[in-house]
Amino acid sequence: MSEIELKRTPLNAAHRELGGRMVDFGGWDMPVQYPAGVIEEHVRTRTACGLFDVSHMGEIWVRGPGAISFVNRLTTNDVTKLVDGQAHYSALTNENGGVVDDLLVYRFGPERLLLVVNAGTTEKDWEWISSHKTDDDKVELQNASSEYCQIAVQGPNALNIVQELTVTDLSAIKYYHFKEGQVDGIDAIISRTGYTGEDGFEVYADTGSAEQLWNKILETGNYGGDGGILPCGLAARNTLRLESAMSLYGHELGDDITPLEAGLGWIVKLQKGNFIGSDALVRQKEEGLTRKLAGFEMTEPGIARDGCDVYIDDNKVGNVTSGSPAPYLKKDIGLAFLPPEFANVGQEIRIDVRGKYLRAQIVPTPFYKRQK
Amino acid sequence: MANIPESLRYSKDHEWVSVAGDTATIGITDYAQHSLGDVVYIDMPRVGDKFSTHEAFGSVESVKAVSEIFTPIAGEIIEVNDGLNDTPEAVNNDPYSAGWMIKIKMDNPNEADKLLSAVEYEEYLAASE
Repeated sequence: MSEIELKRTPLNAAHRELGGRMVDFGGWDMPVQYPAGVIEEHVRTRTACGLFDVSHMGEIWVRGPGAISFVNRLTTNDVTKLVDGQAHYSALTNENGGVVDDLLVYRFGPERLLLVVNAGTTEKDWEWISSHKTDDDKVELQNASSEYCQIAVQGPNALNIVQELTVTDLSAIKYYHFKEGQVDGIDAIISRTGYTGEDGFEVYADTGSAEQLWNKILETGNYGGDGGILPCGLAARNTLRLESAMSLYGHELGDDITPLEAGLGWIVKLQKGNFIGSDALVRQKEEGLTRKLAGFEMTEPGIARDGCDVYIDDNKVGNVTSGSPAPYLKKDIGLAFLPPEFANVGQEIRIDVRGKYLRAQIVPTPFYKRQK
Repeated sequence: MANIPESLRYSKDHEWVSVAGDTATIGITDYAQHSLGDVVYIDMPRVGDKFSTHEAFGSVESVKAVSEIFTPIAGEIIEVNDGLNDTPEAVNNDPYSAGWMIKIKMDNPNEADKLLSAVEYEEYLAASE
């Protein structure tokens, strides 16, 4: 038996009942896939609907008159631009501009913000955020991670499925906005966000309601029927985000990687004033990047996975951060850090895949973009 | 529960072996394909290549990971299932038939007797759970 007790989401029993193959994911006992398999789960999310348990993500409340200025001082995006009912993608940065974590910031009110952070970094983030709070900040922090379940309903049918379970007009919720309402009679935060590149919703509710919500959404989505909703594991979550070229902490992002290098300049608002890491990011912008993230496609059979070295001629120039077959595009793709001069679309590279130097080419990202 | 046909022999690396005369047909077990998930590439040896017992003869790559496959029995490759290049999913859907990988002319046809029986393999799986 394992030495350390794995953490479980409130849907652990439901995953096992559905035949989920459970793995240790950063200390969490999570389904990597269900019997349908990663390819089917991935494609179904693109063509119909996929259901994901993301209850392992962390939730941190920031409340008080200083909430906006406090979060603005810790994150790269401009929190003053958010209105009530809106969310944005952002990054917590350290003094060097490296990424402590990437996160969503939800504005419930001028004195009420919710930060949603990665599962594996929740404790680290909590320490980081708490340690930067001073008495002058006039905020109260609460790590509410264990109080919430989070269920992502993603894909072209997501809106219709969730709409059947709520009186809240979902079509009125714009992308990266949210509403507080009820789903199947359960108090919930209904957020039009996701990590798949599809339209869809992330529903937050209390942990005790997780099973009811999960099962009701499966039933409403015609799980088991032709083209019905499928529960999706971590494997499909990863391939879906990679096709959409979304960053994964620990791969494209880390304490020694800046958001500028990771291609996230759009969430770095240097004009907003000082924040932790802003000096370093200003400097990096002035001096120019020494590496940047680029998407590649294999041009001969093989899969370059994270850690593989990238070569041009005989020179090692970079490394792969994520690589996988792309089940919907039916190509083998990946992301790599490269010197900017070698990161242009069309650049031919070779990748050391277990001693074979396989050909690949830099391509535009995202690899997949849904038709609107 | 993994499907474990009684007529076959098994290795602890989760390969199956079907013996006919001095020829052994080899693939990976239902348990192995299930653990790997959806197979997308299979890297296989060439006819004429020789392998000793427990030597890596190729690799199976799934969406999530790549794993080496080992020869449970020493010998020379006499046939390779080239069809798997186009339909690697056969390893998932039909691991004991369409998903076969290689045929080996065994150096020592008695070597297969050392492999696990279906019952022993099932016990081995249960113990390693």
